[in-house]
Amino acid sequence: MNTIAVVDYGMGNLRSVAKALEHVAPQASVVVTSEASVIAGADRVVFPGQGAMPDCMRELELRGLRAPVLAASKARPFLGICIGLQMLFDFSEEGGVAGLGVFRGQVKRFPTDAMTGTDGARLKVPHMGWNHVRQEFDHPLWAGIASDSRFYFVHSFYPQPEDASIVVGTTCYPFRFTCAVARDNIFAVQFHPEKSQAAGLALLRNFVDWDGCAPARPSATAAIA
Amino acid sequence: MGLAKRIIPCLDVTGGRVVKGVNFVGLRDAGDPVEIARRYDREGADELTFLDITASSDGRGLILKIIEEVAAQVFIPLTVGGGVRSVDDVRRLLNAGADKVSINTAAVHDPQFVKDACSRFGSQCIVVAIDAKRVVGAADLRWEVYTHGGRRATGLDALEWGRRMQSAGAGEILLTSMDRDGTRQGFDIELTRAFSDTLEVPIVASGGVGEIGHFADGVLSGHADAVLAASVFHYGELSVAEVKAHMASRGIEVRR
Repeated sequence: MNTIAVVDYGMGNLRSVAKALEHVAPQASVVVTSEASVIAGADRVVFPGQGAMPDCMRELELRGLRAPVLAASKARPFLGICIGLQMLFDFSEEGGVAGLGVFRGQVKRFPTDAMTGTDGARLKVPHMGWNHVRQEFDHPLWAGIASDSRFYFVHSFYPQPEDASIVVGTTCYPFRFTCAVARDNIFAVQFHPEKSQAAGLALLRNFVDWDGCAPARPSATAAIA
Repeated sequence: MGLAKRIIPCLDVTGGRVVKGVNFVGLRDAGDPVEIARRYDREGADELTFLDITASSDGRGLILKIIEEVAAQVFIPLTVGGGVRSVDDVRRLLNAGADKVSINTAAVHDPQFVKDACSRFGSQCIVVAIDAKRVVGAADLRWEVYTHGGRRATGLDALEWGRRMQSAGAGEILLTSMDRDGTRQGFDIELTRAFSDTLEVPIVASGGVGEIGHFADGVLSGHADAVLAASVFHYGELSVAEVKAHMASRGIEVRR
């Protein structure tokens, strides 16, 4: 049976993620777990996260889940969501905390000034609501989803990868930032697929079916505005 | 191309059923919350808000069951409010499947509660609901915070209270005009704009929608980030899709 472990380190609501996975994969076994052995034995791993990254990192360490999560991120289809994406980077400006260092780069806060839309309107932080996601590269997890589809976001911090070749999705608010990264068996998103209706469910469905192989990528790096 | 303005149908729930009050008094009957939530989702609602209007004492478990059922079938953000008094209340609602919890009266009684809830669960899931009423006869334009479903004046200046709640960590403000709620005369635009232009967090405008143009007014004149209504959707006078089409025709970016 296809088993999907949703990593539970005590931060926030994991029910939404689990329910959405059960909805798209009724035949799979979805387990919300903080057991290292369950994570190690799962066919695929979802790494969600809510709240503040320093709290998330602390709780992850306290539960002894750093090593199991890192191991999963090297081996099996792995989906990071929101803070689960941010924690994969080296460092976050939120609380000045180190992440897991799976990806090179930093997590930055939206600036408090200069947040103005094209129509001159002030843009709020957190970035909350439905925004377009531009697909920068083909990837099995984008299958059947149109580029520029809207997904639901709620966040005040965003990732800034050093390696542009991992960027598979971007969004404008008001500047273009990275909202999806992928490398090998890892796919991670800043938005919430579990709350993004049809497009989000399609992405989760794709994840459930994914063999964890990344497509061949052009050698030229993406131009990130 | 950018962030869409959100259209949020509100379901006022009591005794496991959806109702809509007029000026928070004299409730008319209504329907099954799960059915209604699914209908709104199909029509393109960007989020749903559930307000437990009998949250005072018993019947508290009913809303949890409703949220559990809705969350298993509807995959858009769900906000739940009404009678939220403790960190445990917040935890129960989030565990049932709510994505955001809205705090109103309890925030006024104990502002520290908002801070505690934000530090425990994150600002992204804590909404502070403010029921504001114009201060009649004041030299300048200002509003006072009311609690207990609009029955009790607090003496607090609404805008100042909004600033405090933003500092306490609230990730969003649900702003209801007590003067307009149930009147169908449209949002209190000056109230909405005062909040939207002052605060950094998103503002959800609420109270007073009676016709389709009011939604766009809330965004274009009130600068709201999201617009919420209950009865016009609930009684089928307008569909979410119609409202979005109208807003788009007035140049507002919506998710379609």
